[in-house]
Amino acid sequence: MTASARRSQVEAPSGVARLLAAVRSDGRAVSLHEHHVRFGPLDLPGPELISMLQASALRGRGGGSFPTGDKLAAVAGQRGRPVVVANATEGEPASGKDSALVRLVPHLVLDGAAAAAAAVGAREIVVAVAQQAKADRAALAAALKERRDSFEWKLSSIADGFVSGEETALVNALDGRPAKPSVKPPYPFERGVGGAPTLVQNAETLAHIALIARFGARWFRSLGIESEPGTALISLSGAVARPGIYEIELGTRVSELIEQAGGATEPLAAYLVGGYFGGWTRNAQQALTAAAGLGAGVVVAFPSTACGVRESARVTRYLADESAGQCGPCVHGLAALATGLEEIANAHGHDGRELLARWARQVHARGACRHPDGVARFVMSTLEIFEDELLLHLRKGRCSGRDRRAVLPIAATR
Amino acid sequence: MTKRLFVNPIECDGHGLCAELFPEWIELDDWGYPIIDPQPVPSGLEAHARRAIKECPKLALRLVAERRTPDAPRPRTRSAEGRSRRT
Repeated sequence: MTASARRSQVEAPSGVARLLAAVRSDGRAVSLHEHHVRFGPLDLPGPELISMLQASALRGRGGGSFPTGDKLAAVAGQRGRPVVVANATEGEPASGKDSALVRLVPHLVLDGAAAAAAAVGAREIVVAVAQQAKADRAALAAALKERRDSFEWKLSSIADGFVSGEETALVNALDGRPAKPSVKPPYPFERGVGGAPTLVQNAETLAHIALIARFGARWFRSLGIESEPGTALISLSGAVARPGIYEIELGTRVSELIEQAGGATEPLAAYLVGGYFGGWTRNAQQALTAAAGLGAGVVVAFPSTACGVRESARVTRYLADESAGQCGPCVHGLAALATGLEEIANAHGHDGRELLARWARQVHARGACRHPDGVARFVMSTLEIFEDELLLHLRKGRCSGRDRRAVLPIAATR
Repeated sequence: MTKRLFVNPIECDGHGLCAELFPEWIELDDWGYPIIDPQPVPSGLEAHARRAIKECPKLALRLVAERRTPDAPRPRTRSAEGRSRRT
């Protein structure tokens, strides 16, 4: 039986669970055989995959939301044989979706990398995971052993850190340099791993590519909204009955997501949408879209009993400490932002809110990477959404959120 | 040809000479690092820009001619609102 004949027997996932359609109930990784039974084998595409991806309007799911088809086209348009990097480093502590994908459905991610490699003419595929993600690495190593194809696969562990997964930091790490961002241009698509044009794609983006290569752009666009079609994985945490990884249609409201997770377990003060580069909102009706700052898909349901000021200060300090330490405005500015928020939280000194806003504006777009921009956005959002709480802290040293427990996860300091 | 002034933020150590030599286009932030106007440098001011570039102790400044590659991600400017960190 030919591959295409077999493929015709396999139906495309019809529900919202696409990437998660084949997930086993016992939490073990889907084997290559099971993967093929559910999705059919992958017929390696040619360059036509690029126009399919452009037609699908898929955007990167690692936080950047760059049009995936255009990125492949940019790599394919360069001279020299490209390299593909599957980015499963997932440096954001509140995010767990890429880890879930590589542990539960590794072949979806690997198929996406293979399809992208075939489309741009790459032979070498590097799968990058974080040093601390031992289970992710084991799942990928086992999955790679099952596969028989002509690609040169390589599995690489990257130094842990919030910025290590940034494209140029990743390329630097893979070339044996410190995992720190470089100034762009050149972009990795121009000069990446070993100097070759390099396609860096987030693990979830690759998983979507694996399905689009099988079932087409029209199928992909049958869910989601016109401007942002398809599904996305959400890492949901905080005060909900069932925190975890959820696949949603883009455009789903925050309230619908919370409901899917069994509802809130206590009254909520706010929602953090888009993780630590995203922003706070009190609007449960907000639609989850990249345009609204969904980023890499982190949502935190923040309870009223917790203190948004202290928690935001703690995260800002963490992010300042995670600066690669290369660019002056990031080094000095982020530390100043963290100190400023801490001073308000502890009711030390005067009302520093205007200065915080000034500094947030000053650090925006001033680094080699977008780390300072993301922190600036988070701080501006904190100033806006927790204004009442900030005023209470300035007057009394505390607000109504008395509970000191940490709601927002941060990674252990390196 | 349109040219814009860029600083390499990794190279820059915040000496601040550039802001003295080309105040029309460069101001310093609260920590002494240059904030550069993202607009194209008018040809009448290009000589000032070149002097700032020449005098930078870290050689961190450069004038970049506008390049237009339709498929490529756009070079970042100060006013860009897009967010991108990882793919």
